[in-house]
Amino acid sequence: MSADAVNTGSRTTRLLGSAVLVGVLALILLGFFGAPEDDEQADAVRMIFVHVPSAFLTYAALATTALGSVMWLWKRSRWWDVVAHSSAEIGVIFCGLTLFTGSVWGRPTWNTYWDWGDVRLVTTLILFLMLVGYLALRSAGGDENAVATRAAVVGLLAAANVPIINRSVEWWANRTLHQKSSLTDGNLEDLTLFTLVVGIVVWALFFVWAMIHRFRIGWLEHQLQAVDLETALAQRRAEATAESTGEANQ
Amino acid sequence: MYTDIWLVADKDLRIEWRSRVALSQILPFALTVLVLFGFALNANREVLTAATSGLFWLTVLFVAVVAVQRSTAIETADGARRALLLAGIEPSSVFVGKALAIAVQVLGVEILMVGGVLVFYGATVESFPLLLATCVVATLAIAASGTLLGALVAGVRARETVLPILLLPLLAPVLIAASRAFDDALGVLAVDGWAWLGLLAGFGVVNALLGTLAYGPLLEET
Repeated sequence: MSADAVNTGSRTTRLLGSAVLVGVLALILLGFFGAPEDDEQADAVRMIFVHVPSAFLTYAALATTALGSVMWLWKRSRWWDVVAHSSAEIGVIFCGLTLFTGSVWGRPTWNTYWDWGDVRLVTTLILFLMLVGYLALRSAGGDENAVATRAAVVGLLAAANVPIINRSVEWWANRTLHQKSSLTDGNLEDLTLFTLVVGIVVWALFFVWAMIHRFRIGWLEHQLQAVDLETALAQRRAEATAESTGEANQ
Repeated sequence: MYTDIWLVADKDLRIEWRSRVALSQILPFALTVLVLFGFALNANREVLTAATSGLFWLTVLFVAVVAVQRSTAIETADGARRALLLAGIEPSSVFVGKALAIAVQVLGVEILMVGGVLVFYGATVESFPLLLATCVVATLAIAASGTLLGALVAGVRARETVLPILLLPLLAPVLIAASRAFDDALGVLAVDGWAWLGLLAGFGVVNALLGTLAYGPLLEET
């Protein structure tokens, strides 16, 4: 197999990757030096530029996994199955990043790393555990189609239960430390809002870039399995032919 | 359809009754966990009384994992799944039947566990209807999601370890809602237990619907 065949990069991914690098640089400059500090939270507010985009992309990744799962169950399309798997893997990274940045942000603003009263963070934690379960199920192996069907059902279960989990945690906490949605409460300074939007765009570009690479890896894995099966079949056929020729010669 | 549901539930319950696994293993397991919580919390009556609901439902979740594993094992052994498929019963009926069988067993264990928390943790019951309704609704919700995930992991090599990591996070809303409804029924917290019951019912309906739809493909393809 030539080196080109196993390369998951292309002109598009290189362009996307470069755009992400430039975007991250712009985000660092804007986030640390452009956006003003907050009246109450001072410099801690800058965590918003990583935390909110990560949360945003976590749920976008979950939605993509749910869509891929539906499409696998409906059309039995391997393409969508690989999309669902890739998106879940990248989603779990974003989800971990959301929890980590939320926790680090909580320390200076609420004086605690973790508060059970924060509905969205607790919901995201349960989602994180479900995504980890999804990936564990995928990695447990087995027949390719069976794995896809199992994973698709779990993906849909996770997506369908997120609103219920959110509601249960909301009632339970009865109050929330989490500030209202930063994007919609209208209290952000213009440059802060602009930086936040840049953050979301950069993260979204990174998601697309990572998705393309991860998808291509998944697709190559799928092709490899098919090749393995064909090789095994060809070997068995060759053995059978050799045996029958041998018998005929005797 | 109802005949099929009853046939499947009756089959599972009959197997359980003859093997006595629920009675001789699951029930002692539940009581052991309740007693161990007592040790872990230093037998502090106040803490135990305040935490009764949560500890009770956490134990139920552990019991549910064991019960689902048992229910799945019945079908995996000796290719019984194939036989079930060949029997010409609608997969949705198999799903409901198996879920009912799990629910009956877990409910039985819960009734004895209520006795356990009254004795060991010094809990008192203020509203029997709410207590009973919570047990029934939460158990049906747990059984529905458990049966679905049980079928899902049936063909997986490491199913004993995969099942808990899939089932327990999914049941987080049940743990929260059933514990709060119990808090009301036991008079531990002034919350609206019946509202929590509504949330439990919502969870149950969503997961039972998903289970009814997904059980067929899972049974046939995995």
